[in-house]
Amino acid sequence: MINTLRILTMLAWRNLWRNHRRTLIMLGAVVIGVWAMIFMTALTMGMVNDMIEDSISALPGHVQVHHPDYLDDPNITNLLPLPEEAIADRFRSAGFLAWATRIKVPAVLSSERESRGVTLLGIDPQREEAMSFVDYSAVEGRFLEGPDDAGIVIGRKLAETLETELGKRVVLMSQDPDNDIADRGFRVVGLFSADVQAYEEQYVFAGKKTVQDLLRVGDRVTSIVVLGDDYRDVEPVFAKVSALVDDGVTVSRWMEIDTYLGTMLRVMDGFVLVWVIVIFLALSFGLVNTLVMAVFERVREIGLMLALGMKPSGILGQIVIESMMLLVTGLTIGNLLAWATIKPLESGIDISVVAEGMAMMGAASVLYPQLRFEDVILANTVVLILGFFASLSPAWRASRFQPIEAITRVN
Amino acid sequence: MTAVRCVDLCKTYRQGDQDIKALDHLSMEVEEGGFVCLSSPSGGGKTTLLNAIGGLDKPDSGEVYIAGERIDNLSKGNLAELRLHRIGFVFQAFNLIPVLSARENVEFVMQVQGVPASERREKSLEILEEVGLEGLEDRLPSEMSGGQQQRVAVARAIVSNPALVLADEPTANLDSKTADGLIDLFKHLNEHHGTTFIIATHDQRVMAYAKRLVRMLDGRIVEEIDQNAA
Repeated sequence: MINTLRILTMLAWRNLWRNHRRTLIMLGAVVIGVWAMIFMTALTMGMVNDMIEDSISALPGHVQVHHPDYLDDPNITNLLPLPEEAIADRFRSAGFLAWATRIKVPAVLSSERESRGVTLLGIDPQREEAMSFVDYSAVEGRFLEGPDDAGIVIGRKLAETLETELGKRVVLMSQDPDNDIADRGFRVVGLFSADVQAYEEQYVFAGKKTVQDLLRVGDRVTSIVVLGDDYRDVEPVFAKVSALVDDGVTVSRWMEIDTYLGTMLRVMDGFVLVWVIVIFLALSFGLVNTLVMAVFERVREIGLMLALGMKPSGILGQIVIESMMLLVTGLTIGNLLAWATIKPLESGIDISVVAEGMAMMGAASVLYPQLRFEDVILANTVVLILGFFASLSPAWRASRFQPIEAITRVN
Repeated sequence: MTAVRCVDLCKTYRQGDQDIKALDHLSMEVEEGGFVCLSSPSGGGKTTLLNAIGGLDKPDSGEVYIAGERIDNLSKGNLAELRLHRIGFVFQAFNLIPVLSARENVEFVMQVQGVPASERREKSLEILEEVGLEGLEDRLPSEMSGGQQQRVAVARAIVSNPALVLADEPTANLDSKTADGLIDLFKHLNEHHGTTFIIATHDQRVMAYAKRLVRMLDGRIVEEIDQNAA
């Protein structure tokens, strides 16, 4: 068996290089195909990763805890039943990467000229720094200094819309739990920028304690937000958070809070597979053609091998091994080429010329290709498995030759 | 003991509108250690008979036995096993594997048989020396003359000491000196190893050595001469 495999492998390798020009052309096609699979997947996954991380940083966190009705109706009446101190007691020593409590309610922000509906975030800035989409150090003016900060931080775009600026006063209006109007004047202490322009228009930040006082909710909050290590693997964090809270609240994964985002991730994962398969299908025509030609040119010697006592399965094996050798060589070079082209680009590709379009999709203007081990494995596995099946047809035909007809055939 | 037995073999080929009877109710027996030459005009059926005996072609009707075992109804896999272990072939055209060197071509059958590498190497070098190809072991078929290629094919056929060697015009493309050497080798194997030879040939030198001459015409045996008796 090993002897047969050895001779089959030797024959396959030597036959591969018999028509080296044809083999090199096919090898080139496999290399470019594999490179395209991995490179485009890295760009796609980089963009998706960027969009999802940006979106998660706006939620923020991978797992959140709310009142059971809050996600359907995010208003101040749907507060968590636990006081802040009780939450802190449970979460403090749980070992999360980051966690915070916050108030997130709809509000209206008015300058002396314009009014806009916004999402008010009452936060403890120190606790949220690790998971926020705002780079505190890049804020024009300053970011909030604590939960009892009396200032407000708004996005640059919103400031433009409201025709206000740093240092000016604005009025924030929302409702308290008794459905009475709660409003108060704030001085704009900071203007933040975000990769996604929509965030600059939607979110305004104020100190959590200040917002609790404004909305007359005491030490209650609307949400607990918890950050895990990997947005693709939220189950460990979800289980841990679920164990820490009572039955009367809802624990949600990020993809349940932002279902569009969760669906997009699944669609993009599926898209990668489709992309890889489509490229392979294009490749497979060349592969099958190469093998058919190789078999056609060797009818007599295949007949000879059968006549000398090689079993049809040996002939089939030889053609399949030949195909696998071509693919493995192409995959190796293609993988290295993809790695060599993606690595230098990992610091980011400037796509600011299409920034507006990207912003509409919720993506930033710098694209960071992401070379993921599992995507490389996926591309390699698809090529090898489908390549195996594509080579079966010519290999099967070769193995069915009648020895004497094959030997006497005149090419 | 009978090495080969053919019973009432028939084989018809269609050529255009015509049916050509390659084998016409042919029966024949060859004893173990026999040296039989088949001769016929072109198209007389000798190659078809060799192919039927070697399990390369199935007769339309009739039975073929090798060492008492019926082979005309065996599966492709079992026929391959039979050819691999019990029959050596020398074909009319040189039929070497172009990507293998002379030594690798000779080793091919042994390698498929599972013979260890050291034994294969030893045997192949020995047999190549015996057929006068010492020093040409690493040459590819394309780097050898027709005669040299035929000697490699013969070496491959006999290297694993098969009980039966089927040869189709083995000396057709050889010069007289090489052909004589080849005939001597066949004689040696036949006399000292008891290898049975069935050779389709027009070569008088081969026929002169044969223990038995079988003349065929239109797929039938028309004359048998036992040269030992003569």
